[in-house]
Amino acid sequence: MTDPVSRSYASALADGEPVLALRGISKRFGAVQALTDVELEVHQGEVVALVGDNGAGKSTLVKSIAGVHTIDDGQIEWEGRPVSVHRPQDAQHLGIATVYQDLALADNLDVVANLFLGRELTTHGTLDEVAMEKRAQELLDTLSIRIPSVRIPVASLSGGQRQVVAIARSLIGDPKVVILDEPTAALGVEQTAQVLDLVERLRGRDLGVILISHNMVDVAAVADTVAVLRLGRNNGTFPMAGTTQETIIAAITGATDNAVTRRAARATWPRPEGEA
Amino acid sequence: MSTPPTRPSGSPDPSDPLGGFNPLEPPPGLDPTPSAAIAPPVDPRLLVRQEGLRGYVDEFKRKVRGGELGSLPVVIGLIIIWLIFSLQNSQYFSAANAEFIVYYMVGLGMLAVGLVFVLLLGEIDLSVGSVSGLAAAIYAVLSVEHNWNAWLAVIVTLLSGMAIGAAQGWIFAKIGVPAFVVTLAGFLAWQGVMLWLLGSTGTINLEPKALNALFSGNSYFLGGDIAGAYILAGIAVVGFAASGFLEQRRRKAAGVPARPTAELIARTVVLAVGAFLVAWILNRASGVPNNVVIFLALLVICDFVLRRTTYGRKVFAVGGNIEASRRAGISVPMVRISVYAISGTFAALGGLAIAATTNAAGQAGADPNNLMMAIAAAVIGGTSLFGGRGRVWSALLGILVIESINAGLFMLGLTLDIQYMITGGVLLAAVVVDSLSRRTQKSSGRA
Repeated sequence: MTDPVSRSYASALADGEPVLALRGISKRFGAVQALTDVELEVHQGEVVALVGDNGAGKSTLVKSIAGVHTIDDGQIEWEGRPVSVHRPQDAQHLGIATVYQDLALADNLDVVANLFLGRELTTHGTLDEVAMEKRAQELLDTLSIRIPSVRIPVASLSGGQRQVVAIARSLIGDPKVVILDEPTAALGVEQTAQVLDLVERLRGRDLGVILISHNMVDVAAVADTVAVLRLGRNNGTFPMAGTTQETIIAAITGATDNAVTRRAARATWPRPEGEA
Repeated sequence: MSTPPTRPSGSPDPSDPLGGFNPLEPPPGLDPTPSAAIAPPVDPRLLVRQEGLRGYVDEFKRKVRGGELGSLPVVIGLIIIWLIFSLQNSQYFSAANAEFIVYYMVGLGMLAVGLVFVLLLGEIDLSVGSVSGLAAAIYAVLSVEHNWNAWLAVIVTLLSGMAIGAAQGWIFAKIGVPAFVVTLAGFLAWQGVMLWLLGSTGTINLEPKALNALFSGNSYFLGGDIAGAYILAGIAVVGFAASGFLEQRRRKAAGVPARPTAELIARTVVLAVGAFLVAWILNRASGVPNNVVIFLALLVICDFVLRRTTYGRKVFAVGGNIEASRRAGISVPMVRISVYAISGTFAALGGLAIAATTNAAGQAGADPNNLMMAIAAAVIGGTSLFGGRGRVWSALLGILVIESINAGLFMLGLTLDIQYMITGGVLLAAVVVDSLSRRTQKSSGRA
């Protein structure tokens, strides 16, 4: 492998314009300030790992992008222009697909039905099962996903297979940015490798990927950029190439605060809370 | 990081297509199909079938082990029931009794069809019995006491059922009251409304008009002509074969796995034998009752809606995983409200059918026994109480079981106490089978 990490990071920087940019995002739940002035940029063909300790605001940030939460303050920019995302459908229309930590698959439906759930292909008002099966098979093939059959209920798939089906499902709507919330959290070694391979293939298709993970090894394997959140604030953004894991972990734990955090710390120190 | 439980890699049965074959973690040296790594994945169920008769037997064994019993327990149960009653009374195995069973199954069968939709969501509708009684009363008051046009009365009655169902569904979906409680309230309230409508006499006699005429006991398809039953059987067989082969051609053209021709022919032959046998038996009595024709037509339509339309897909999705459906952009409240509206409509239709068998709308119309029988029918037929699994045909199978038992008990002259005990026992048995098969499916990774 010819170091795709640094190469695509360089190409991402060369592109200049980010697909998705967050500017000064703030979100408050009652007394809890979950996010404060968070900045994040995602370019085409770039994998941005979003890391941070429990309660750092990763999930809140992702849900804000995905339209599950509306932001209190700040700006979401899509391809350079400001947009408002109030509902999950808004995010989907923009081209942001989210794969949540708890897999959003219906166990009783087969792989094809799950892939096209809510976006079924129809002919004359009836389901076009043949076309859906064909496209599902093609999609899984291009992603090199191997499933025993696209016509078995999702219930009979293994954890890793379910995860790749969930990720493949997010691609049916031709998104530009895919958000993966802890895609490897409950997987074994082999399945984790499969999912990480899939993340690289997403990058190969020029998608922007936001990868939330607790696992520094996963992050080091696929990410181009690492954005660290700590207590609801940015605590540094690092290019993966040339950054040691120690540096990132130090940023996560707060051993090294960057200037932004230090300045904010002087004002008010938000109370650590459970992941909102 | 913990490794999640996965199926054991080395399956004792090499024909088991999933147990030993997990492409994401191929067990070294154990992979029964080494070429599968390059070959495009093919449906293993279809592969198994193509191995000939032995493949079918293995497939069947695997399904039974996995808890996917399908209609098997019902069919076996039905045969046992018929045998037991035939030994008790030689008249049981007669054309006249067969006709009796299929004629009286329609009313409760309609209720069961509506309940299948509700059960697919994993919910329950306890109000269908009362709504059916109320519907009969509404129809009687409008058509007899107010002299409305009979068809208009039928339409208003069905719309009332739909509105009642939708209202209950709305309270459940939008306010968040558990469906069990909403429909339990409906169970009492609609029975009250029915009694109020029927007034002091408690019974209104109906005239055989409109739908009532079609549902009544002396209305047969093509006037009971022998050709009628065979025409119906022919339509069923030709329709089944045509749709099967058309689908096979489309799938082959698109390059996706299709059912082998031999299997399609075998299925068609089995259906043809069954359909023409039933037609022959019913012809030995008086022909096919019209209410049965209507019931079967509705079953075909509902089956089509559930399996071939986006709406049906939504119903199954909501029954399988509410959160996944919501995130897929499905309006869960709308699915729930519409399903309860369907249940209410079928309850009204069932009420009209039940009233037509007695030619009267009476206080017995909302017999709570009807509710239990209808729920039992849907569950006995194989629709899961846990949602997401089932077919409308289970309403037909289940109601055949219930009505076969009822006819037998009636013929033996057993009293109500015994009837209740036996029906209760059958319902319990059906639910136990459902729960056990679900547990087996879970333990074999299929639920």
